[in-house]
Amino acid sequence: MGKRAAAIVGVSEWKPARRWDQPLFDLDAFARLGAELIDDSGLEPGDIDGFVVNAVREAPMLAPSGVAEHLGLRSRFNERVDLGGASACGMVWRAAAAIEAGVCQAVLVMCPSIPRPQHPGEAAGGAATSSRPIYLGSDAWGSPQAQFEIPAGLVGATPSYAMVARLYMDRFGLEEATLAKIAVAQRHNAQANPDAIFHGRPITVEDVMASPMIADPLKRLEVVMPVFGGAAVLVTSAEVARRAKHRPAWVAGFGEEMTHRSLTAMPDLLHSPLCGSAARAFQMAGATPGAMDTAQIYDCYTITVLRSLEDAGFCKLGQGGDFVRERDLRHDGDFPLNTNGGQLGFGQAGVAGGMTHVIEAVRQIQGRAGDRQLRRCDLAFVNGNGGMMSEQVSLVLEGA
Amino acid sequence: MVRLARDGRSLPEPTEVSRPFFEGALEGRFMIQRCPRDGAFFYPRARCPHCWRDDWTWVQACGRGTLYSFTIDRLGHDPTKAALAPFAIAIVTLEEGPRAVGQLVGCDFGQIRTGMAVEAVFEVFEPQDGGGPVPVLRFRPAP
Repeated sequence: MGKRAAAIVGVSEWKPARRWDQPLFDLDAFARLGAELIDDSGLEPGDIDGFVVNAVREAPMLAPSGVAEHLGLRSRFNERVDLGGASACGMVWRAAAAIEAGVCQAVLVMCPSIPRPQHPGEAAGGAATSSRPIYLGSDAWGSPQAQFEIPAGLVGATPSYAMVARLYMDRFGLEEATLAKIAVAQRHNAQANPDAIFHGRPITVEDVMASPMIADPLKRLEVVMPVFGGAAVLVTSAEVARRAKHRPAWVAGFGEEMTHRSLTAMPDLLHSPLCGSAARAFQMAGATPGAMDTAQIYDCYTITVLRSLEDAGFCKLGQGGDFVRERDLRHDGDFPLNTNGGQLGFGQAGVAGGMTHVIEAVRQIQGRAGDRQLRRCDLAFVNGNGGMMSEQVSLVLEGA
Repeated sequence: MVRLARDGRSLPEPTEVSRPFFEGALEGRFMIQRCPRDGAFFYPRARCPHCWRDDWTWVQACGRGTLYSFTIDRLGHDPTKAALAPFAIAIVTLEEGPRAVGQLVGCDFGQIRTGMAVEAVFEVFEPQDGGGPVPVLRFRPAP
């Protein structure tokens, strides 16, 4: 049995969309997510004494105090977390650790990722941005990536993950159709999730194999679809959790590790920092990978899932291909993986993409997963993966 | 914000720390740093990434290495290079130990294999801002 100091008691997740017609400033999006977490958990705004966010575009500096002010909080835990796709998992364990330390009792963990209202100057076509999003902030003066990665063309994430896949295929003989099966299984799961961006659009292995090559060997249908959306969870102490409406999902164990920012500097492309972060999460939770009722694995690409299954300990290095071929990864299969469709099926709404895995684990534990509800779900593994398999955060969530 | 070549592609902008690498590259020499305790490291930095001391020296690398992994970027994910796609990007393990990234030139995509022997070459570009020529690290199959 793992920790019982802090639990996720409420969730909110916006239906993703390719176009977003109701822009909000981040500060106002936090207020909307906060209200939704209050409704979902049955708690009161007066219970809240902490928050964690990623970016606050209206006030990038001194950002937390701006959040406290905007939400009218007298807040004791005021945190901003910058871990890319691992942000959501990183935010959850920081909130849980602060609660366990007695710093605070109820923390809003919020990841909106939608357009802001347009400045009149932008609407007129002015305001050139100084940085391109595809550079992921690495184009600043003095940045090593600006001097070596960008000139080589190694930008965004897809070419980097493609190189992980290439090395893996060459070393272990993995076939492209095996990777494709991951995308197909998750798309199957998305058919049981009316909110998923690909609900109503199942695919086959042949579809994946026929989709255009983006960066060899990764094809279009193995790459997440960027969408707008938002997601948030409420983490509370055991005492506050007793007053909440739903079954608490205890943050039973967690771990975090990183070694590099760019793939060039990753010590071993086939041994990510997830190995350490997952091992510590399982140890803290007093559980093993084999005891998990579901795995919610960060899935920016198919190869990310296969490699993460290995590094998290569900199988050994080099066995991922056999594991994916032999197991049924669907929500109604013998290894229910990314049961809401994952990001490949649901869509990736910025840092909220990492939160979709956390929220699906909580829904399964709380028995609120609709048509894809597992018969039994008391233990869930969730991982967050940022950048180039660089930020690695693991959670074990437990229903009791 | 990145510096651009006259043809619009992004270019590196040397700093005080990295300038010896780019100056060496213009003369065809691949300069890396060597720490007396921890050995060679690359990319250039003010201090050794292991002991954080600054008593390293610049040394000339042999320029040879093995191809660790690669991809063919079909889209040109960098918008300044979209018109140049497809191109091969490779991570190379240098003979001295550190890794470096560069486009792989001088061969057909079908000839590229992980583990193949490669050597560094520098392609020189004129920047839009009128500064001096800027070298960019590339790799090609070793003879």
